Amino acid sequence: MSNILSAGTPAPDFALHVTPDQMLSLKELRSRPVILAFYPADWSPVCGDQMALYNEILPEFHRFNAELMGISVDGVWCHAAFSRDRKLHFPLLADFEPKGAVSRLYGAFRDKEGISERALFVIDKKGTISWSYISPIAVNPGADGILEALKSLPK
Amino acid sequence: MATLKVPVGPADHSQGPADAPVTLVEYGDYECSHCGHVYPIVKSLQKRLGKQLRFVFRNFPLREIHPNAEAAAETAEFAATHGKFWDMHDLIFENQNSLSEQMLEELAHRLTLDRQALRDALRSGTFAERVQGDFSSGVRSGVNGTPTFFINSQRHDGDFELETLLRAIQKMIHSHK
Repeated sequence: MSNILSAGTPAPDFALHVTPDQMLSLKELRSRPVILAFYPADWSPVCGDQMALYNEILPEFHRFNAELMGISVDGVWCHAAFSRDRKLHFPLLADFEPKGAVSRLYGAFRDKEGISERALFVIDKKGTISWSYISPIAVNPGADGILEALKSLPK
Repeated sequence: MATLKVPVGPADHSQGPADAPVTLVEYGDYECSHCGHVYPIVKSLQKRLGKQLRFVFRNFPLREIHPNAEAAAETAEFAATHGKFWDMHDLIFENQNSLSEQMLEELAHRLTLDRQALRDALRSGTFAERVQGDFSSGVRSGVNGTPTFFINSQRHDGDFELETLLRAIQKMIHSHK
């Protein structure tokens, strides 16, 4: 498994496409906690895949005023179709060109397969990583760790 | 490792002895095809293991992708207040492919429960809080999709086939001897 950035590290800034004609940068979200969920690919063939699960849990994240973003190397049009199909209510960022650049910045890229790891980061409102976790690629990590990390953020 | 954060208690729906060496908790969604797939597998496990197994079902409806999951969960909770949780649980899974509110009422009728009372309970969300309580406990415990199983409070990360579950449970039984 990769060595992902650990707690206490400043979260590297980035700007990625969130829709075909719209970019989103991390620093735009300062002043509130951010959850970055890197994942291998859209369209995993199960009911409760990781993004669909987080979609259901969104109200619990919002209780901490936290913003969730999914990131994979899939392109914007793929994300758009996936998001519509799963009725996702949070943004998916396309780490598509140069491929996996942001995933690499966070130490969450698998060179061999050319996809992002299943890696989670909680970033505090000042832009510092307060918690990170990498899951075996085949195991959906759930949301318990994220909620614990949000709970222990200073108010 | 993800563990069950809310221990099994009197409010849970369970089958099998409370002092069984292994408690299997399922977080499930009545409209999820994978849950439908494991429904007979759990029955086989219960048959094979008898008094060595206690089985608990908790609700984890994926409402965004399964439009009938919440109503189905609330219907089973409605039946529970008439002592018919497991009858309804089984009937819903056995009719999973044709779920609708009308079908749920039909199932209630088959169990001699009052259709109108069910309709009222669904309209007013009488059991919504109960279902949400299960859902939240699942989220905090690391439920990562449906179904998610916990074997004596440890999340089971293997597949859901009979042999895999049986092996995991038997391993737990032996470690308790």
